[in-house]
This record gives sequence, structure tokens and C-alpha cells, in this order.
Amino acid sequence: MAYLELKNVNKTYGEGKNATEVLTDINLTIEEGEFVAIVGFTGSGKTTLVNLINGLLKPTSGQVLFKGAPVMDTCHERGVIFQNYSLLPWLSVGQNVAMAVKEAFPNEKKKFIKERVARYVEMVNLSPAINKRPMELSGGMRQRVAVARALAMNPEMIIMDEPLGALDALTRGNLQDEILKIWSKDKRTALLITNDVDEGIYMADRIIPLRPGPKATLGPEFRIDIDRPRDKTELNDNPIYKKTRNAIIEYLMGIGEERKATAKEIYELPELAPKSFVA
Amino acid sequence: MKQSVTVSKTQEMKLANAAKVVLSKFKIKTPKFEVKTILKKVIVPLASILLFIGLWHMGAKALFNVEADFKIQKALTDQGQEAADAMAACIASGDISCQPNTLPSPAQVWESFNTLIADHKVISADKLAFKEKTAALNAKRIAEGKEPITYTGRPSFVDQIFTSLKTVFAGFVLAFLIAVPIGVVIGLSETLRNSFNWLIQVFKPVSPVVWLLLVFMIVKTMTKDSNSDSAFIISFISVGLCAMWATLVNTALGVSSVDKDYINVAKVLKLGPLQKVFKVILPSSLPLIFTGLRITLSVAWMVLIAIELLAQSPGLGSFVWEEFQNGANDSNSKIIVAMFIIGIIGFLLDRIMLTIQNMVSFNKNATA
Repeated sequence: MAYLELKNVNKTYGEGKNATEVLTDINLTIEEGEFVAIVGFTGSGKTTLVNLINGLLKPTSGQVLFKGAPVMDTCHERGVIFQNYSLLPWLSVGQNVAMAVKEAFPNEKKKFIKERVARYVEMVNLSPAINKRPMELSGGMRQRVAVARALAMNPEMIIMDEPLGALDALTRGNLQDEILKIWSKDKRTALLITNDVDEGIYMADRIIPLRPGPKATLGPEFRIDIDRPRDKTELNDNPIYKKTRNAIIEYLMGIGEERKATAKEIYELPELAPKSFVA
Repeated sequence: MKQSVTVSKTQEMKLANAAKVVLSKFKIKTPKFEVKTILKKVIVPLASILLFIGLWHMGAKALFNVEADFKIQKALTDQGQEAADAMAACIASGDISCQPNTLPSPAQVWESFNTLIADHKVISADKLAFKEKTAALNAKRIAEGKEPITYTGRPSFVDQIFTSLKTVFAGFVLAFLIAVPIGVVIGLSETLRNSFNWLIQVFKPVSPVVWLLLVFMIVKTMTKDSNSDSAFIISFISVGLCAMWATLVNTALGVSSVDKDYINVAKVLKLGPLQKVFKVILPSSLPLIFTGLRITLSVAWMVLIAIELLAQSPGLGSFVWEEFQNGANDSNSKIIVAMFIIGIIGFLLDRIMLTIQNMVSFNKNATA
């Protein structure tokens, strides 16, 4: 039995004439302990897909199965790292994490919660900022808080919705390593949504492209057979890396071309001559 | 001669340099003179105040002259030249008995302010004396189980201010207690919001006077057999009912427009409904709730005067009304004093609310 399974999932927003079909016929299987990345263009319905999996949205038709049971609601076993951090601005870093810990471990004592919060804040190297508010932090620091909050709940599966999209290249690299470290240590299952092919190849076991919406659907999967731990600098010379990367990019470019070719509307530009101000 | 001048100049410079050295040694920083900031922050506001007082003075004088001319003319037509001359002389002499009744000048208002303060001192001293005089007797009466004798003299202007503040505070608390919970409930449920919207829209623009009459109808009957202060009850309830709408609407708006990201967080963390309200929805709508409360407080203060005036409840409103009915020589200037006091207190109340808002809210850049 697959750990997470999406069977012929459709998602439509709106009703009747205004209905837009965002996702069509999504089929996806993720095994326990796997790291899967989904890459796609912006606006292709990635966030909708994530919300279907974490339980914030329900599919219009089809089924989302988690450990064999249909997903009806959010649950603590699936931790989510949101695209835009979603920290509560009136709480400090520690309080943001503590809120999650308290919910995940409702029967534990205060000391346990405090220690766990401290441990996870330490893990993302934010101990000096534990009493600061999100507004006082940089984008990278905020994202690290979001990571700490999601992981402190000890989820079996981590769902990441473009978690590093808004970060600079250096912070991005550090956090990628951080997430990989945590994932490999407890062998959790991870689903990463990203628009960066390199990030996907560096982190995931499998990459699945999402064809752009409306009516987005998943493309053929690409397996990444590179041994872990992977080294970023060596990766550039790895023949498998090069081959996979080219294949994925070619596929995505092909979709882009297709999209251009299907554009029917032709815009005629009005004939305008620049006005002369000299005469 | 010329030489000595230059010598003294160089000496002066030396002294100045020495002073600079001493200052720098003690690390005393000479304040930077920024002419522009001083001009902006001190001179311009001061000038505007002076301009205001000047215009007021001139306007008051013009009105005074019109009124005086009218009085003299009337004396001339009614009683003849002699009476007119006597009237003109009387007005010029500044005799109280024949002063024209019109807009008081700034000087008169200032004088009335001082009179009111002096009056307050006299009454306070009187109260204190009364208390001392009756202390022994009151102790005896309380020991015997009787009501103590209380001071029943007329309240001073300052007492009236405190009475008004008490009424407005009671009304504000009432508005808070009614509007915030209802606002939260309405904000949470779209069905409730739609079904109660008409009620809010209909009652929101109702005049304070009508609220007062409505409250009067109810409270009058309810307090029939008790000897409680029904005028105070009526006025504070009316103030609360008039002023609560801004908080109600703002709270409902704040609660219903919480950022979807925060709601998603609450869902993913699986917070219970109560926790969701208290830990996510309320904190995030606090800035809007406080904006509503600030409007409520200023509306409460504004309608208070009108309501006190009609409810016969003691306070600044009835002070203004009594002075107007009184028609004494300095009544007009006392009314203007009350006007300024009301304005200044209203401004201070708003500042206090703003300070509290900045203290409790995560959004630190709320401004006036």
C-alpha cells in the first residue's frame, strides 16, 4: 500500500459557467521515506495541489489517500511549510513554535514544551532571536522559523510549498542542506513543491513536472539516481545530473512552446507613428 | 583704538576656544541648532495659535460694536437723546449692568477660566470644612446605623468635569462590553452578519437624542422603586448605545477579514474553535478593534454633552446649558471655557487610546 496516493484527482474552482478546472486527472503515489519534488511554472496549480494533500482543500472528484484512508481534514502527521511563512506576527519566534508544539503534544508538561521549542529553534540556528517578533527578522530567518514550527510537531510527512522561493541563493543553499539533514535523520517522507529544477535534483529522489494549468496534470516522472549525500559542487560534473537536468528542462521548455503554439488570439497593434515635437 | 578692538576680539576668540575645549572635555554636546525644525515644530504652531486668538479678538470686538450700536440706537428711539448718551457712557465705562451680550473676547474667557478655578477652590475648601465639622457626628451616625450626612452644596466646574468623565467612562465600558462580543460573533459567521446587517445599518445613524428618549422610557420604569441615580444611569446607557456602533462594525470587519494565511495556520495546527478565536482571530483583528474603540470614545465624549443637557444629569453638558439659561454677564465666556475644556479632554482621551493601542497591538505604526 502506498503511503500517499492521489487517484484521478480533479479540482475545480467556482461553479457553472464560471468554473475553472485547475487540476485534472492527477495521479501520484509516494512511498514511505521517499523525497519527491514537483516542479512547475508559477500559476500552474502547485499550491492547490499542496492544499489538497494537506487537507485544506477537498478534491472535486477523485481521492486523496493517506496511509490508505481518505484525507478529510488537516492532521498533525502531515506538517506543512507554507510558501509565505505564515507566522503569526503578534507572537515571538519561540511563541510561534510553542503554539505548534502545544497542539501536537497536548498532554505534555510545560518543561517538555519549552525544551522542545528551544531544541528546534536551536536546530535552525535562531536561538539568539527566540524572543524576536517575525517583523524584526529577515526573510530567510522567517522561513527558518516556519521550518522549525513544522518540524517541531514531529510530522511523519513534510509538505513544503515553495519553501525557499523568496530567499537569496546563499540562504537557500543552507536551508536545503538543513532540510535534507532532518529528512535523512528520521527518514520521514517529504514532498517538495518548487519552481527550481536544480533544487529538485539536488534534494529529491524523484521529480515530477506539473504541466501548467488550467487543467494542469502531472507529467512523466524523472528518477534521480545520484547517491546521497550529494555534493553541490561535484553535482555539476555528474553525468547523471547533467542528463536528468537536460531532460527535465527540455520537457518543461516543450510545454512552454506548446503553450505558445496553442495561443489563438492575435493582437493587432494600431498603426501609430511617433509625433514630432520639433516642427 | 583700533588695535585694542582687535585685541579684545582675539581674546574673545581665545575664550570661546577655551570654552569649547572645556565643553568637549566634559563631553557636553552643544545642542544642534536646526533652525528649520524649530521653525516647523515651535514657531509655526505658535503663530497659528496667535493668529487664531487675534482673529477671535477682532471678531468679538466687531460683534460687540454692532451690539452696542444697536443698544444705543434702541435707547435713542425709545427714550430719546439723553438716555442714548447715558447708555453710551454706561457701555464705555464697562459697567456690568449694560454690557452688550455677544461673543466674549479671549481676555474675557481667560478671566472666566480664572473665576471658575477660584470658585472651585472656594467650594473645595467649603467641602473640606464641612467634612471636618461633620466627621465626629458622621462617625456616631454610622455607629448607630444611620446614613452619614453628605455635602449637598453645588458642584464646582472641576467637579462637573469629573462627573462627565465618569459618565463617559461608564458609557464606554458598556459599549465595549456590548459591541466587542457581538462584533466577534457577527464577524465569525457570514449568515449572522447578513441577517443582522439591516439592524446595524438602521440603528447606527439614529440621533443621540432619540437614544436618550428610548433609554428614558425603559429606565424610568425599571428604576421606579429604587432610589438609584436614574439620571446618571440614563445618560451613561444612552452614551454607550450611541457610541458602540463604530466598535461593533470595526470588530465585525476585523474578525471577518483575518488574513487567510493565519486561518490556514490555525487549521494545520488543528486549533480548537475557542483557541482559534483567542489565539489567531482576535490578535490579528486587534488593530481594527482599537480603531473602532477610539472612534467610540470620541463619539461618546461628543454625544455626552448633548445627553447630559437633556437628561438633567450633572456634568459639563448641564453646566453649559445652565450657563446659557442663566444669562449672567460672564455666562457666555464660561460657555466658551467649557468648549475649550471639552475639546482638550476629548483630544487627551484620544491620545490615551492611541497609546494603549500601540502598547497592546503588534502593529506598532498606528497613527492619528
